[in-house]
Amino acid sequence: MIALTINGSPRTFERELNCAELIGELDLTGKRIAMERNGEIVPRSQFAQCLLQDGDRLEIVVAVGGG
Amino acid sequence: MKPNENLDPLVIGGKSYSSRLLIGTGKYKDFAETKAAVEASGAQIVTVAIRRTNIGQNPGEPNLLDALPPSKYTMLPNTAGCYTADDAVRTLRLARELLDGHDLVKLEVLGDPKTLYPNVVETIAAAKTLVKDGFKVMVYTSDDPIIAKQLEEIGCVAVMPLASLIGSGMGILNPWNLQIIIESAKVPVVVDAGVGTASDAAIAMELGCDAVLMNTAVAAAKNPVLMATAMCKAVEAGRAAFLAGRMPKKLYSASPSSPTGGMIGKP
Repeated sequence: MIALTINGSPRTFERELNCAELIGELDLTGKRIAMERNGEIVPRSQFAQCLLQDGDRLEIVVAVGGG
Repeated sequence: MKPNENLDPLVIGGKSYSSRLLIGTGKYKDFAETKAAVEASGAQIVTVAIRRTNIGQNPGEPNLLDALPPSKYTMLPNTAGCYTADDAVRTLRLARELLDGHDLVKLEVLGDPKTLYPNVVETIAAAKTLVKDGFKVMVYTSDDPIIAKQLEEIGCVAVMPLASLIGSGMGILNPWNLQIIIESAKVPVVVDAGVGTASDAAIAMELGCDAVLMNTAVAAAKNPVLMATAMCKAVEAGRAAFLAGRMPKKLYSASPSSPTGGMIGKP
């Protein structure tokens, strides 16, 4: 089991997973998002290769209205 | 007559724009209203904010970028809400990834949640990092001419002094400082924040600002789409008046517009 912090909230997963699998678990597949892992950008092209580790802190963002 | 768009483009970061109005996309009722207001404004550059996505809520939620496709508009992701250089830099790195390598950004680092006054120390630190990292930085700042010059020297592609505080609608409080900034700037000067109505935008352009950026003035109008139209005209009118060169102000002239000779009833 691994524990992640996603957008400030704790989440646990039964098994190890990569970023692409995480995006699937979160129902975000195909959405326009960007991800930061422990303060570093994870390029979308590398989601499938990026294996998440226990304790990782993730930020997943979208564009919203703003001035 | 409109200024010839081809002869008088706004050039920012090496790209030309015919519209000198930049518009924010926050505070609208829904994306349909956002889209209608942006279209009415004629703006080609639109600001967007970067925020955490709602996880596990409303999976079918509409996306702003569907209403305003980046293929049609130049996106200007901002760092609104950031209070440190580090948060601002992280936010814009996420924005660049989100927008497929897009590097034109709006940097703003705030100093106080009550007034939303910019923190120029953190702004300068963030600007240095972002410019080094290859971003084209349009930077929101106070109307301090020395800070504006320093931000230009760091390599920002536009300096964006406030007219008055964000969301205040107080208009242009210090035209003299803006004039000093405009006089010495070698990059475009964009008035960002404080515009309340069309005449404020026209005054900014008449002062010689290269463009105006606004959000609340349009979004908080009773009829945002109509106000967007008004702002479009005000910015064009202000630019034309600036290029035309206004007549000097005199207390009185003793020079009427109609001929003084040929009056009837004279001996």
